[in-house]
Amino acid sequence: MNNNKVIQVEGLTKMFGDFTAVDAITFDVEKGEIFGFLGANGAGKTTAMKMLIGISKPTSGRATVAGFDVFTNTEDIKKNIGYMSQKFALYDDLTVKENITFFGGIYGLSRKKIKEKSDTLIEELGLKKVANTLVGALPLGWKQKLSFSVSLIHDPKIVFLDEPTGGVDPITRRQFWEMIYKAANQGTTVFVTTHYMDEAEYCDRVSIMVNGKIEALDTPKKLKEQFEAANMNDVFLKLARG
Amino acid sequence: MKRFIGFIKKEFFHIFRDRRSLFILFGMPIAQILLFGFAITNEINNVDIAILDHSKDATTKEIINKISASKYFTIKQMVVREADIASVFKKGQVKAVLNFEKDFSKNLIKDNKATVQIITDATDPNIANTISNYVNAILQKYQKELNKDITIAYQIIPETRMVYNPELKSVYMFVPGVMTIILMLVSAMMTSISITREKELGTMEILLVSPIKPFQVIIGKVFPYIFLSIINAVVIVMLSIFIFNMPVQGSLFLLGIESVLFIISALALGILISTISETQQTAMMISLMGLMLPVILLSGFIFPISSMPEPLQIISHIIPAKWFIIIIKGIMLKGVGIQFIWKETLILLVMTVFFIGLSVKKYKIRLE
Amino acid sequence: MKTILYIIQKEFKQIFRNKGMLPIIFILPLLQLVILSNAATFEVKNIKFGYIDNDHTTTSRALVEQFNASTYFDMLTGFPSEALASSAMLKGKVDVVLEIPRYFERDLQKEKHNNLGVTINAIDGAAAGVENVYVTQIVQNFNQHLKVDLLQPSDKQIQPTKIDTIPLFWYNETLNYKTFMVPGILVLLVTMITLFLSGMNIVREKEIGTLEQINVTPIKKSQFIIGKLFPFWVVGMALLTIGLILAKLIFDVPMLGSLLLLYAYTSIYILVILGMGLFISNFTDTQQQAMFIAWFFVVIFILMSGLFTPIESMPKWAQIVTEFNPIKYFVEVIRMVMLKGSGFTDILPLALKTLAYAIVMNGLAVWSYKKTN
Repeated sequence: MNNNKVIQVEGLTKMFGDFTAVDAITFDVEKGEIFGFLGANGAGKTTAMKMLIGISKPTSGRATVAGFDVFTNTEDIKKNIGYMSQKFALYDDLTVKENITFFGGIYGLSRKKIKEKSDTLIEELGLKKVANTLVGALPLGWKQKLSFSVSLIHDPKIVFLDEPTGGVDPITRRQFWEMIYKAANQGTTVFVTTHYMDEAEYCDRVSIMVNGKIEALDTPKKLKEQFEAANMNDVFLKLARG
Repeated sequence: MKRFIGFIKKEFFHIFRDRRSLFILFGMPIAQILLFGFAITNEINNVDIAILDHSKDATTKEIINKISASKYFTIKQMVVREADIASVFKKGQVKAVLNFEKDFSKNLIKDNKATVQIITDATDPNIANTISNYVNAILQKYQKELNKDITIAYQIIPETRMVYNPELKSVYMFVPGVMTIILMLVSAMMTSISITREKELGTMEILLVSPIKPFQVIIGKVFPYIFLSIINAVVIVMLSIFIFNMPVQGSLFLLGIESVLFIISALALGILISTISETQQTAMMISLMGLMLPVILLSGFIFPISSMPEPLQIISHIIPAKWFIIIIKGIMLKGVGIQFIWKETLILLVMTVFFIGLSVKKYKIRLE
Repeated sequence: MKTILYIIQKEFKQIFRNKGMLPIIFILPLLQLVILSNAATFEVKNIKFGYIDNDHTTTSRALVEQFNASTYFDMLTGFPSEALASSAMLKGKVDVVLEIPRYFERDLQKEKHNNLGVTINAIDGAAAGVENVYVTQIVQNFNQHLKVDLLQPSDKQIQPTKIDTIPLFWYNETLNYKTFMVPGILVLLVTMITLFLSGMNIVREKEIGTLEQINVTPIKKSQFIIGKLFPFWVVGMALLTIGLILAKLIFDVPMLGSLLLLYAYTSIYILVILGMGLFISNFTDTQQQAMFIAWFFVVIFILMSGLFTPIESMPKWAQIVTEFNPIKYFVEVIRMVMLKGSGFTDILPLALKTLAYAIVMNGLAVWSYKKTN
């Protein structure tokens, strides 16, 4: 077990009846990496991620996340990871502060720590004016950033982001990726799925899933060389065409 | 027109794909009818009673036998002392205690009179009253036998004829009510939920922006439920006829038309509810809490309206279900034609038009 | 432990912020308790009465007058013929018709007996039975007085033997139906509200995605469930309290037994209902489905609970089925404790069964809630 590898996956498979959603994927993720998990809609990315974050039981294969087994130690995995879902799952009928306090409390942070984090977070995100506004009233971009920050509230080793930039404008997307960089610089591993191929350029390494299998896995630079493509979008098109 | 049909088709798909809801939609009425037909009744059977016999002579034994033989009563236990009666009631073991006085036979012969107390647990006053009446009837019969050799002069004997329901079957009372409740709840609730769901999901705006006119949207949404409710009505009537031998003295055709009218009024109510609900949850709660209990209690379904206090009788006038129940009972049990129920039909019609008008107005307001 | 508190805090905030739902949870049910309990009665009053007097004598008119004087009968209408009376009954204008035959007075004095025709609309079988009893009572009374008047000294009367029956109504001397119904309706309301709230709550989190978010946290199943259900338990107890106050103030329903006992029992009962709500929400994906399934069971349970019709009147198989109906136990207990003053030992068997139900139901619900699918 290489201590630098925070995620280790070997032949991980998920089947729903006869349908194979995730087909024996194998890969590793290193500490502090920004790992892009790419693929078209329906390729199996979200299913794969759900297995890694411990809410879906794999059909076969092996995997460890933060050193814990996805079959037997899901609760330990959850202590060490953060998660941001596609729906930016925050409570629309609670305020910004209340959402932060709630999730902080769920992760077992002390009251003092929660207050600290809450103040820092609100300051950094520039949400001071809306700290006591219901989240439901916030524009999408702010929800997104808040959701990301909440996923980091307990300083997890790895954070899993599922299509985090869906529906937001390009400027907000940029700002968001700056937040990701910052987190990675501080040692948090970032595992992000997306179907925006241009975001792949921002990642350290990228894997591309097609129909449940991983068809490509390398740094963006090397992939562009390999497929003789000008950008990641072209890499993907070439892959998809087979 | 083609767009409209396409829209209706989509609505049908929605409904039929939701297996769980469909199961409830059809299973519910069937379960209720069966329950009401077989299990729910006000008639008393095998009621547990106790005897406190201070005399223990031949006469009391005879009377006790007669009571025991009656299908209405089961003698569960004998009570020894008056003081025990309270505890027996508190434990809920029996519903009545018959208290025979001392020297029963002797008193009958000496004074021509003896006393029995019929002590009932009147927490349920209805049952208590019924038990009292039935025990009394048995005792009266026994009394008549004692006096069978005496001709009593100047007797007026009332001969009673029970019409429309000679066997006093409680099913006859309940089936029209159940049918009404089911149609009303299903139609109103389903419609209100269907429309609010589109609102919640945000697809309502898409529909409104499309070339389909708003009233077409509403009609399209409502149409499949008319269809479903009619099926429900047919199933209920069939079950009543074939399993419970409930008569349909009047015209089935008339019954059908009136049912459709009522269904439309319920659907219109559902649309109205959807205009004041932002979320499905609110629509459902209003349909259930705001509609169900009042309809069950104030429509004459279980409790007779004429026995309610004045203000409630007035409120019951505005409940469409009340009028429909009168119509169904008339058609099914009395066999009347339209000439006897035109008044109620007209009222129902006016209410339906009113609900539809109100909903259309509210929708126009929201769109602007 | 602290985690539970965070969830409870969140749930309460959400309940009280939901301005649309608050009146529905608190005001609507209590309003219904007050208004609808007034509707619930099986008493037969204001009976629409018609008569056909073919005799037109002092005696026949005197008999009709008896019905006029009675408080049970209303709207006396005289019909010239049987056909018109039947037609009126078809229209629903009368429910009881008395037909006095020709020569009624003459036959009574001469033959010393006579027959009277009574026709009753029996669609409501129970009411018809009661109406018949009233008619018979009035006729018998009239008969008694008539005998006294008509009795000639030449008529030797042998005294008939009489069995005197004295009806005594315990716990509810005035046969007030409301006293009986109000506690029952309160049970119904507490049950419905807690069931629907708990059932739909978890499904809603499923629908908006926050449930998944919570499943990814290290929170334990039990912490989450307890935290979620506790606020609804409080809501249920609050409803009970307000309901009891209203019952006393408005309907003067007696509270003969121990309030503490009632609260203790209710706290266990609500657990059963919450468990059901949770169980249902584990198997449904949308709020609509959860609502439907809950509604399906609630209506059947209510009908079979002895609330409106007595369990003793049901066929044996149905009575056995009611053993599995939690509402039946609450209805019985609340009536026993409030109206009869039953004590701890009296309700013990019922309470134990409810407790067992609570354990099984919640066990099932917790077991079927999976953080990992």
